[in-house]
Amino acid sequence: MSSLIESSQANKRRYRAEKRFKFYGLVALLISLGFLFFFFADIIRNGYTAFRQTEIKAEVTYTKETIEIPPLAVNEEVRDFVSRGFMRMIPSQVENNPDLLGKTISQWIVANDDVDQYVKGQPNSLSSSDMKKIDTLKNEGKIKLVFNKYFFINGDSKLPEISGIFSAAVGTLYVIILTILFSVPIGVMSAIYLEEYAPDNMFTRTIEVNINNLAAIPSILFGLLGLAVFINFFGVPRSSALAGGLTLSLMTLPVIIISTRASLQAVPDSIRHAALAVGASKWQMIWHHILPVSIPGILTGTILGVARAMGETAPLLLVGMMAYIPEAPDSFTDAATVLPAQIYAWASSSQRAYVERTSAAIIVLLAILLTLNAAAIWLRNRNEKKW
Amino acid sequence: MSLGNLIFIIFGGIVPLAYIAYIIASKKASVWENQNTPIHSRPYMYGWFVVVVMAIPSMMVAVVAGFLHVTGVYSVSPFVLVAACVVLVALGFAFGLKKISPDFRARNKVENVIKWFLITASLVSILTTVGIVLSILFEALRFFDAVGFWNFITGTKWNPDTAFLSGAGRGGEQAADPEFGAVPIFAGTFMITFIAMCVAVPIGLFSAVYLAEYATPKFRKIIKPLLEVLAGIPTVVYGFFAAITVSPLVVKVATFLRLEADYTNALSPGIVMGIMIIPLMSSLSDDVINAVPSSLREGSLALGTTVAETTKKVILPAALPGIVSAFLLSVSRAIGETMIVVMAAGLRPNLTANPLEGMTTVTVRIVDALTGDQSFDSLETLSAFGLGFVLLILTLFLNVISIIIVRKFREKYE
Repeated sequence: MSSLIESSQANKRRYRAEKRFKFYGLVALLISLGFLFFFFADIIRNGYTAFRQTEIKAEVTYTKETIEIPPLAVNEEVRDFVSRGFMRMIPSQVENNPDLLGKTISQWIVANDDVDQYVKGQPNSLSSSDMKKIDTLKNEGKIKLVFNKYFFINGDSKLPEISGIFSAAVGTLYVIILTILFSVPIGVMSAIYLEEYAPDNMFTRTIEVNINNLAAIPSILFGLLGLAVFINFFGVPRSSALAGGLTLSLMTLPVIIISTRASLQAVPDSIRHAALAVGASKWQMIWHHILPVSIPGILTGTILGVARAMGETAPLLLVGMMAYIPEAPDSFTDAATVLPAQIYAWASSSQRAYVERTSAAIIVLLAILLTLNAAAIWLRNRNEKKW
Repeated sequence: MSLGNLIFIIFGGIVPLAYIAYIIASKKASVWENQNTPIHSRPYMYGWFVVVVMAIPSMMVAVVAGFLHVTGVYSVSPFVLVAACVVLVALGFAFGLKKISPDFRARNKVENVIKWFLITASLVSILTTVGIVLSILFEALRFFDAVGFWNFITGTKWNPDTAFLSGAGRGGEQAADPEFGAVPIFAGTFMITFIAMCVAVPIGLFSAVYLAEYATPKFRKIIKPLLEVLAGIPTVVYGFFAAITVSPLVVKVATFLRLEADYTNALSPGIVMGIMIIPLMSSLSDDVINAVPSSLREGSLALGTTVAETTKKVILPAALPGIVSAFLLSVSRAIGETMIVVMAAGLRPNLTANPLEGMTTVTVRIVDALTGDQSFDSLETLSAFGLGFVLLILTLFLNVISIIIVRKFREKYE
């Protein structure tokens, strides 16, 4: 009798342990998800304001004198509050449009970063008298917040209020095009060799271990390789999209090889046997029958690899792609920068106004990457074929 | 005109010629076919054969010439190069057309060439590894020559600034010798890695167990992609988050507990890095837990054990090799992680056991040494390769061991 009671107590303890164990697992998952939520909330909270920009209504006088000394062009009331980026443009504006000369035009101008931060209610270095002036301007309706189109059409700038992500986005596009161009054909070809042709010997196993190892090697070492081989040995221009693209394609290669092999493996042998049985050669079997059915898998792997390459920064820093690039590059050998490197450069800046720009650039980058990842997952689920 | 452009022109010239040759040769073969002569391969295969013998030799010559040119061994004159290519194309075309006949095995020849292309492609990955090892090794040897490997591994002071001064031509009698003792840097690396593992291993492992043993398929289908989102966030974004949000938070908490903390403390990059590694740890462990045969699981459950007992006493011991391998891969990832520490950890090497102080890591020093203004030959630049060498050996070791362990594990159960 007593042993029965004892055992039922022991069982109670066991079931409590079971519940506790399950609870730990749930807590672990909740911590990860909670972090994910906190992270996105924090980035969006920091960054959403950068999509709006303060503009000030100003009287701009275009005369010979104001071309010499641009600040005089803007009426004194708001002179200290408008962006110096606008004043710099005055001489070239007159040059392009001589009719402007001698006219006074009232127009909306981008405000400088301090005013912008103040209007958005963020820390700034304005004096209290300036703050009062801005409050009056606001009450007069001479200050408004508009959609920040400059963030998308401008390149980097030393003035936060007119700096944008355009040149970095073009640089990213160039680098990614090169990465795809180099890594996809080579990756798919080596996967086909390893999966369909290679005999099971020492050499093949060495290549396999080597690819798995490459997939796990720190990305910064690829940067050292790019610096020593592509730039110092082959003389590829430093900071160019070409140097970055070559480095990243070596990094993406193992990802593409591994995923292509997995999708080739998933094709059942009956298809191979059927093709060979009706007289197809090995390559005809691969080209006509195996590759077409494994394309979704290859595409998924490629998208994931490209998404990873797009977010990579460390190797690109080493090949010099964090230079200050205000203009979008014109060719693959021009100095270029990429979105993650732009984020890094802004994050290292001390001006407060760059924090919201950094977060906004992160939002743009994450939106692209999440779309790519979602596309890959969608593709994988849609084509999950059960043979 | 540069040789690079010339090579592009040669390639561009060969493509239309190859197309013409393809049409001529396959027409020739289809004429045989129309005459009811039995031919060995399909007509297009004859076309491809002529293209191959025509285009490949001249393309290889152009590539070799370009390679010799950029490496500075020998620069062939553009005229000679173009002439050689034209001759090779003409000879190849004539040879190919002459060679093909109804019983010529064009398909086998073409497929052999394809096979060699595939082999060459798979050699690229080997070349990459060799390239990484050699490029780092050469510069690292120069560095160890100057500093001494033993001093580098055991020294406790890292003072490269004077190397920078002499690199800038301002070194003098009064400047002390630069010191390159890497122990504080390794200590910082291991400290941050340790913190990251303290976060990633328990959370990753428990998540994997929950997903594999408790979660319904529907729950799994929602949660797994969400975890993958964590893995898809770029490290530069994690770095920004660690520096802007987590570091001030850590400092605030530390001040509340009456402790002193730097803004470049080791704790915040460590925690954020741990969170970054959770998906790696959990998905690798999830894979091995699922690879444990369900007969083991069901056998244990049939004896009346709870799921927790089965997991602890049966599943985890069986999956242990795989979990160890996941752990090693995670460590390797943490040691080599760059952006988070570059943005959130310190620059100053600091030998301490206090995670609230600023310390630096191998990767931070590499980035710092190579993005500065020093000339490429300065000792500080070379020190990056010395550190890179140690990083390479360390991660290579961890990766290969983990790959071997997981292969043994799979062989056991598959």
